[in-house]
Amino acid sequence: MEHIRTPKVEHVSLIDRASPRKPCVGTLYLTASHSIFVEHDAERHRETWVLHSLVCLVEKLPTTPAGCPLLLRCRNFQVFQFIIPQEKDCQDVHASLTRLSRPERYAELYCFSFNPNTDKEAREEGWSAIDLQAEYRRMGLPNHLWQLTMANRDYRVCDTYPSDLYVPKSVTTPIVVGSSKFRSRGRFPTLTYYHRDNHATICRSSQPLSGFSARCLEDEQMLQAITSSNPGSSFMYVVDTRPKLNAMANRAAGKGYENEDNYSNIRFQFLGIENIHVMRSSQQKMFEVCDLRSPTMTDFLWGLENSGWLKHIKAILDAGVFIARAVAEEGVSVLVHCSDGWDRTAQACSVASLLLDPFYRTLKGLMVLIERDWVSFGHKFSHRYGHLDGDPREVSPVMDQFLECVWQLSLQFPCAFEYNERFLLHLHEQIHSCQFGNFLGNSQKEREELRVRERTHSVWAHLWMNRADYINPLYRPDHSQTQGVLRPATAPYCFKFWRGMYCRSEQVHQRPPTVTDVLTTVREESQQLEAELSAQQEVPRGTAHPASEQENGDFGKDAYDERHSQDEHSE
Amino acid sequence: MEFAELIKTPRVDGVVLHRPFMPTVEGTLCLTGHHLILSSRQDNTEELWLLHSNIDYIEKRFVGSLGTIIVKCKDLRIIQLDIPGMEECLNIASSIEALSTLDSVSLMYPFFYRPMFEVVEDGWNMFLPEEAFKEIETLTDEWRLSSVNKDFGVCPTYPQLVAVPKAVDDDTLRKVATFRHGGRFPVLSYYHKKNGMVMMRAGQPLTGTNGRRCKEDEKLINATLRPGKRGYIIDTRAINVAQQAKARGGGFEQEASYPQWRRIHKAIERYNILQESLIKLVEACNDQSQSMDRWLSKLEASNWQTHVKEIVTTACLAAQCIDREGASVLVHGTEGTDSTLQVTSLAQIILDPCCRTMRGFQSLVEREWLQAGHPFQQRCAQSAYSNSKARLEAPVFLLFLDCVWQVLRQFPCSFQFNEHFLVLLFEHAYASQFGTFLGNNAAERLKLKLPQKTVSLWSWVNRPQEMERFLNPLYEPNNLVIWPSVAPQSLLLWEGVFLRWNRSSKCLDEAYDEMVHIIEYNKELQSKVNALRRQLAQLETGDGLLETP
Repeated sequence: MEHIRTPKVEHVSLIDRASPRKPCVGTLYLTASHSIFVEHDAERHRETWVLHSLVCLVEKLPTTPAGCPLLLRCRNFQVFQFIIPQEKDCQDVHASLTRLSRPERYAELYCFSFNPNTDKEAREEGWSAIDLQAEYRRMGLPNHLWQLTMANRDYRVCDTYPSDLYVPKSVTTPIVVGSSKFRSRGRFPTLTYYHRDNHATICRSSQPLSGFSARCLEDEQMLQAITSSNPGSSFMYVVDTRPKLNAMANRAAGKGYENEDNYSNIRFQFLGIENIHVMRSSQQKMFEVCDLRSPTMTDFLWGLENSGWLKHIKAILDAGVFIARAVAEEGVSVLVHCSDGWDRTAQACSVASLLLDPFYRTLKGLMVLIERDWVSFGHKFSHRYGHLDGDPREVSPVMDQFLECVWQLSLQFPCAFEYNERFLLHLHEQIHSCQFGNFLGNSQKEREELRVRERTHSVWAHLWMNRADYINPLYRPDHSQTQGVLRPATAPYCFKFWRGMYCRSEQVHQRPPTVTDVLTTVREESQQLEAELSAQQEVPRGTAHPASEQENGDFGKDAYDERHSQDEHSE
Repeated sequence: MEFAELIKTPRVDGVVLHRPFMPTVEGTLCLTGHHLILSSRQDNTEELWLLHSNIDYIEKRFVGSLGTIIVKCKDLRIIQLDIPGMEECLNIASSIEALSTLDSVSLMYPFFYRPMFEVVEDGWNMFLPEEAFKEIETLTDEWRLSSVNKDFGVCPTYPQLVAVPKAVDDDTLRKVATFRHGGRFPVLSYYHKKNGMVMMRAGQPLTGTNGRRCKEDEKLINATLRPGKRGYIIDTRAINVAQQAKARGGGFEQEASYPQWRRIHKAIERYNILQESLIKLVEACNDQSQSMDRWLSKLEASNWQTHVKEIVTTACLAAQCIDREGASVLVHGTEGTDSTLQVTSLAQIILDPCCRTMRGFQSLVEREWLQAGHPFQQRCAQSAYSNSKARLEAPVFLLFLDCVWQVLRQFPCSFQFNEHFLVLLFEHAYASQFGTFLGNNAAERLKLKLPQKTVSLWSWVNRPQEMERFLNPLYEPNNLVIWPSVAPQSLLLWEGVFLRWNRSSKCLDEAYDEMVHIIEYNKELQSKVNALRRQLAQLETGDGLLETP
């Protein structure tokens, strides 16, 4: 509370961008966690809550006769413009919000004070709901080819990896340790996805410390072991997701990429995804386009092209498609890395998994996928999304791009995803807002040190509780589009500008209902009718609607695993 | 003329057909007077029946004795025929070229087509001007139907009957016609029930460089104003284009002569600019390059989306003047047969819920395009592939359909028809077995005796078994004015037309079916619940006790 200079300002106007001439007048309150704007209009009494941790920029604009305009830009791309009558008040609010929106210590983050009305038991249940060991079991591990290694217990070998990792059965701890010494930050090759149908796998790591000529026997043994644990193929792909030039530049620093001559039975491939700095500036340029006042079509299309954003999205999706094709169609295992293996690698692996396995296209499946490929494998959430006031060069929209890839895929396969656009948008917001502890810190180890499981709540339980809002009405578990591997087209014209995400501020304006909204309402009504009918008599035939199943679905893993295996049977 | 003269080789065996997203078919190629037919002679394989008039351009290639003909269609599809034998291939190619560019309208397929269905409701009589006017008559007595153009002498491109202010007699109309481009004097386009405001359309006034005036013209349009009210003239040309028109005898309404009217200029492009835009857009869509930069830059350079934005914006402006400002509007460009009609018809989609129904939209196309004298035959003679120099060709109607699609997409529940219907109209405007889009105006259609000699598209579309495909399952009648967003990010590329042959639509079609399924299942439940409720009510009153099973 010590940062709040003025807890309450009266007669503040909130400007709606869609109709700037008709501002709402009300009172602005500053609390420890939120700015709250309460409209004076007795009829509507609308409240607007803005979480401090979602605010990325507080800007004072030049004073006008109406007062001092204050602009709040949020990390979920919402923009709020207030007009505060008194200069002094505006200064105070500006100073308070600037400080509040830039926490310096983890302890200041909202998740440590957020306290929904749930008991301790429910909270613990929420944390155990997504269980990665269950996920590896779901994929069929451990088995005669892959085993759980103890090498990274207590994060001894790699402090940015999870402690439980899968390696080929023949790989011993000395091989793991040796290989990890030859990889940036000790991130040795380890399994992330196992394709049950043909034993092909996706493994991930960081770049090798090969420089121009260095070799490492254990690393070579590790890759050979990965190749050998796929009985269906005599070689494996090693995919470097970086552009070739970047990878070559790294060689000068003693890092680099695998030399095909040193590793037996690998095929090496660059995939050309740009680094976090390029992505950050690309997104910035795209926002400038969204910010234009009444742009022409040319302004918009030229700006979109110039930002390069869709080009990067395409590169990521192309990478995912390459990996998925290798695994599903060629039956070849793939090792994926970039530099450190926590940004582009996470993107490529998770997009590929999404294409390969229908489970990740369910609500729970996407949670599991994010928990596995991003949270557990040490994607640096706090750095990338600027949770704490820190180095702006560490910030980059890596996860935004992954979520956008999912959205782009959902356009091509409207019936294949159980979740809707709103789920992706809310996930995005949660990643930035720190209302829950899941995305705190930069690794599993850090989260353990912060004791997030004891001190904060899990976002997955929260999202699951509200799952009715996130269901895609067109999804049916038994639909042919839902089954098997997705093979998206990636011609440039398949990629659309994600208006729902990047033009958030215009949505304040009333928009006609979308097809999804309408179908969701119709399906809810159908469920009520079903209930009414079943209360009176038998339900008519053909009622196998997924929504009614979900109504009773519980968050426990069993319910979901069962459903997934049902899908497989129906194939 | 006999078609046989043009057909050098009527059939070739062993031809291989390649089509986007369909399996390759081998079979016999046959040429008839109006069709290119490929038959595999197997019951389960789909055959190709292509109207020659749908062919925009063909390319020939030879590898040894194997010839290949690439057929580029007006509906933007590209198919490939591999023909064994060089001579056969050359013969087929030159026959197709001749048959797809027949000069005489009366040789076109609609004159030869015999429907395989019974015409229940004749489309030629469905949307007569006198019928359409009946409704307006019930609302106002300020307008009348004039037959001044009975013999097409006053305005060759108007229909025989037009709605004009009651206060203006036929002699005045004749005088006004001499002052408007092509004799297109101001006529009623739309009457807004809510406030009695109207939208009129006309050709440009022939003011010329010396600022000629026409008292009768001023009288006519002033007759539509309420006392003390001002109206708006929407000129679809940029001010400099309108200025330049003066040198050629055209011009625009001077403030001094029309003090009660405020003139607004918008810049909607015409003719070859639109045609080039279409050619560039289609070229961009067919580009196989994987480069995102290249695609976006080509899309932008085509300017197609800019035209869409400009038309929707202008239509919104017209609708706004009428509905929000409570003012009457006169719309014109140069001839009043292209951009004018885009604006007046799209404004009606925005304002009038009737135009968003299946019937109402057909009626709108009939009134504001066919009867209003949009020269379909000239505009749709070529599509995006033809490399002969465009003279009168322009995708004016396609742009209008694109704009309607944009509004439909933004208001997915407000239209009774779906996207497929718009695509259908696009296809038939360019090539059809029906006579609806033949000729350039009502006079030509009368002369060609189209109603007697051809079948109307509407006769076919309105058969229940056909109509079903074109109905929007989400439709909920919405009596409000709908205001589309014209922000660039709200206006998308119409994939249903421009990417139709470049990407598989399987998943999208499945999604559509799923949507239909969800809605039908809901209806089924509703009727069951209603039946059950009735039963219960009967039970409660005791009447039904004996009847229930």
